[in-house]
Amino acid sequence: MNAIVFDKVWKEYGDHVVLEQINLEIATRAFVALVGPSGCGKTTFLKMLLGEERPTRGNILLGGIPLKSEPDSDRGVVFQRYSVFPHLTVLGNVIIGREFERARGIGRLFGKKRRRAEDEARELLAAVGLSGDENKYPSALSGGMQQRLALAQALIRRPKVLLLDEPFGALDPGMRSEIHVLMRRIWNESELTVVMVTHDLSEAFALATRIIAFERPRNRPEEAERYGSRLSADIPNPVEVPMLPKGATVTNDIEIWPKKIAGSKAVWTRYGPSAPHA
Amino acid sequence: MRAINHRPDKTWRVALAFLPFAFLCLAYIVGSGIRLAENPNDKLLPGFSTMSEAIHVYAAEPDPRSGNYLLWSDTAASLTRLISGLAISTAIALLAGTAIGLLPIAGATFAPVISVLSMVPPLALLPILFIVMGLGEASKITLIVIGTSLKLIRDIALRVGDIPREQLIKAQTLGASTMQIALRVVLPQILPRLIDAVRLEIGPAWLFLIAAEAIAADSGLGYRIFLVRRYLSMDVILPYVAWITLLAFLMDLTLRVLQRKAFPWFAEARAA
Repeated sequence: MNAIVFDKVWKEYGDHVVLEQINLEIATRAFVALVGPSGCGKTTFLKMLLGEERPTRGNILLGGIPLKSEPDSDRGVVFQRYSVFPHLTVLGNVIIGREFERARGIGRLFGKKRRRAEDEARELLAAVGLSGDENKYPSALSGGMQQRLALAQALIRRPKVLLLDEPFGALDPGMRSEIHVLMRRIWNESELTVVMVTHDLSEAFALATRIIAFERPRNRPEEAERYGSRLSADIPNPVEVPMLPKGATVTNDIEIWPKKIAGSKAVWTRYGPSAPHA
Repeated sequence: MRAINHRPDKTWRVALAFLPFAFLCLAYIVGSGIRLAENPNDKLLPGFSTMSEAIHVYAAEPDPRSGNYLLWSDTAASLTRLISGLAISTAIALLAGTAIGLLPIAGATFAPVISVLSMVPPLALLPILFIVMGLGEASKITLIVIGTSLKLIRDIALRVGDIPREQLIKAQTLGASTMQIALRVVLPQILPRLIDAVRLEIGPAWLFLIAAEAIAADSGLGYRIFLVRRYLSMDVILPYVAWITLLAFLMDLTLRVLQRKAFPWFAEARAA
């Protein structure tokens, strides 16, 4: 399976210890939210998962195999900004994943192969709600639509793990709750383990099956740099946690999805467990 | 209303743009008129009629010695040198700049030497080029290449470095190889910026061209200007200078239009 294991992982930059002794196992198909104050190492944690940074000590295993030390197609990613390519149309941004895969040399598909990739991309774009925008450039899309595009782009290679670095942090609340519904649906429908860094606790509780908080425990200023962050709280099942107060914008026309799930535990939505809403 | 809030409308904008040109023309006419009134044979500020006669001779009558229409043969010779030089320089800059900006090893190896070499004044190399390559076309084109390519390389390498790290990571998570990233992510985003960089190098390229032609050539716009200087032929020099300016301006305009047509995403992405 594709469980992610952190085995005594340390990350240091020179004298500065960022993360210390992280032992962690993330189950396949979990949706993990990483929370904590700024500078606590959430992003470093994500970068190590991504392969952009290497742990100073310890190992990270994906499906029992040490993680490759560079980003690769088994881990998709959506950043807060700059996730999509400004020089490609919406459709071009999605098919490029298939083009990289199927045209090893120049990374460009033509003719029948290209049309097949385009059909697949159109399906994904429809799923994230971008039908009809195929020929626009990203600069013509709103922030929320750009993030939807980034999701579709990341999903076309069917990654095992999807990493989200504050993906919805720059969106306004209405757009954010719509994209939460989409995110929950993507996680539910595809074979994905999701790890998301967020500043927004309510977002973490709304989406995740598990929330991991980072904290720097010791606080002696003269030694501050020598202590890295540890996991301070590991909340396995936020469904048990009472609902947090909602923000001021509650829009009633947000689709609740899924209405029912066969063979799995109810998916928690912002209105409670995925109950019949008809 | 405050001055910063006075915005001319379209008509005014055009009119205001013409104003300085009209002023320059007027100043010349007045100056030339004063001098010619004192001495009808004055050569320094010839009247427009004298200049148009001179240009008529150069553009529409074959040169008795060579049979060429000098203005056009000079223009062809200069543009061939200039455009070959800029084209070679652009190609070098694109390859080297992308490699330096994208590959850390290439950057570590070549970025320092290029930043040192780009400080060599190219004109100081001209004698060397004439000695090594002779007085023909090769030395002139090489001067343009040396004079413009190093700056272009540095510029392109910086632009490649400006591409957000997120995009390169994203491409890797989509399975792209280094070559694919260079071709599909970096190159298309660099090309419109390369056009901007080349536009800025048009001026220096003309400078090097005219310097090289002035020293050793048998045709070319720069050659002609320096040739007729011996006879104080301002009636030829001034129209030639205006012609060179026009050519440079048109090259700049062409590149700007090309950038807008070929990279429709660029203006918006840059504004965003």
